[in-house]
Parts: sequence; structure tokens; C-alpha cells
Amino acid sequence: MKSAVVQLPGLNRDRDMIAALTQISGKVPVTVWQTETEIPDVDLVVIPGGFSYGDYLRCGAIAARMPVMQAIKAKAEQGVRVLGVCNGFQILVESGLLPGALMRNASLKFVCREVKLEVANGDTSFTRAYAKGQVIRCPVAHHDGNYFADAETLKAIEGNGQVVFRYADGTNPNGSINDIAGVINAKGNVLGMMPHPENLIEAAHGGADGRGLFASALDVIAA
Amino acid sequence: MIKARVTVTLKNGVLDPQGKAIEGALGALGFDSIGHVRQGKVFDLELETADRTKAEADLKAMCEKLLANTVIENYSISLA
Repeated sequence: MKSAVVQLPGLNRDRDMIAALTQISGKVPVTVWQTETEIPDVDLVVIPGGFSYGDYLRCGAIAARMPVMQAIKAKAEQGVRVLGVCNGFQILVESGLLPGALMRNASLKFVCREVKLEVANGDTSFTRAYAKGQVIRCPVAHHDGNYFADAETLKAIEGNGQVVFRYADGTNPNGSINDIAGVINAKGNVLGMMPHPENLIEAAHGGADGRGLFASALDVIAA
Repeated sequence: MIKARVTVTLKNGVLDPQGKAIEGALGALGFDSIGHVRQGKVFDLELETADRTKAEADLKAMCEKLLANTVIENYSISLA
């Protein structure tokens, strides 16, 4: 499966993401700069983490208005899978590709540690390698991961199974509503999540719990 | 030229941890009359036009497109 990694000034997790995608799919992803208006023919577009535009104004706000986002919107409408991790998730909600908003952590502290994630929906094209209810380990590193949605939106996304990951066992690091760690769009092809699965894919990382997400998204789940 | 000020505030009911922290700090400084504190943002803009109607329309568009996240924030515009 072919993939693309978007690069914007201030993102710093692009190399980790490229390494993960290369290792799991066997193919080096193409990189796409923020000013590109077209994205090559790929099956998965990834917006990695970091601090695009220094988190000025609001995290992800400026990046979400860059030309490449129009191209990503067009791909998403065609059904191409889009994954946003951390700042990538913030960019996806700011661009309107995902519902809700990400606010400052309730603790007001930058949080960098491991959390437990419950797979709330194992039927998405990003989570098929996991079972519903399975709890996996995953690192987080963010200051603005406090997911918020108004009551009506929350009811809709909970009802549709759009909440894909929740912080489990009291490990919610940011105060997000309903312990939400990751949400998918109604069509099921755009996923945003705060934790970093690309940083837990091999023994050298201390575990490979994040591998299933990429194996699912890249259609390389072992039989 | 028209000068404008845009004020962006969190909607009612949206948790404002920064406002809460400031509220606590003001209380700790001895301001015992302190009630709720909400934090917001102020933008001072200069527009190269004399057309106030156009300026207001442009400012509204700027707020909707970038300056405010209308999922969680309200905005108000005032022209000098």
C-alpha cells in the first residue's frame, strides 16, 4: 500500500512516521510539502505530530488553512484514508475534517508519558487488527489534547461508533470529554488521535502495541 | 485606514483551565473579591480601506475562517 506523509514547518514527528510506515508496508512513503495542491496516488495520507507554526493562534489552526489541506479534503472525499496523530489530529479538527475541538490540557501541563488505550471500535479500517475492548499501551506527548465536543455532536459520534480510542484505567492525561483519545469521521476513512502509535511498533521501543493500527490502515494484517 | 479590535472568548460551558488557573492565582494574591475568570484573546487589526461596511464583512470572514474556532469560541468585532 502506498502512503504519503505531509510535512509542514514545525512538525517534528515526520521521521518517526516515515520509519513506521516504511517498516510496516515495506515501501517508503512519499512526502508532501504544505504548499502542494495535489497529492500523489496513494492509499493513506498521514499528518504527523509536532508543533506546526509554533502552535500560534491555536494548535493546528494555521496549518489547517494551508493549500495542502484542500488536497487532503479532496482525497478524503474520494475515500482515501487519512490519519492525523497529535498535531495532525489538531489540524484535522481545525480543518473541519473531524468533529469537535482540542483544547489545553485540563492540568495545564505538557504531558509526556505512556497511557492505556481502549479500542472502542475495532471495526474501522484503522483498527481491524485489534479487538473491541482490547486495551493497548501507547505513548502521549502533548499540551493540547483535551478533546471537546458540544452535547449534540458528542451524542452523534458516540452513537455512530466514531469514538475509536478511549484512555483506559484512569490514564486520561488531558481531561478529554468521555476519555476520548481518537475519533473517526462518519464515512470511516479519516482518523485523528492524540497518542503516538508510531512510537511503539518494535521491540526496541519496548513494545509493538501501535503496530496494529498501521497494519490495519496499510492492509498488511498478518493472516 | 480603519482600525479594528476583535475579541475572541470561549463559549459558556466550555472548560477554561487557563482562566481557572488565573482565578486561583488572583485569589492567592489576596484578591478575595475574585469571582469567575475567563481568558480570551484580543486582535488589533488595521485595514487598508475606508469602507466600513466592507471592513466589517471582511473581519467577520476572518473570524469565521481563522481567528476564532467557532466550535468552542465566540467573537466580537469593534471598529475604532
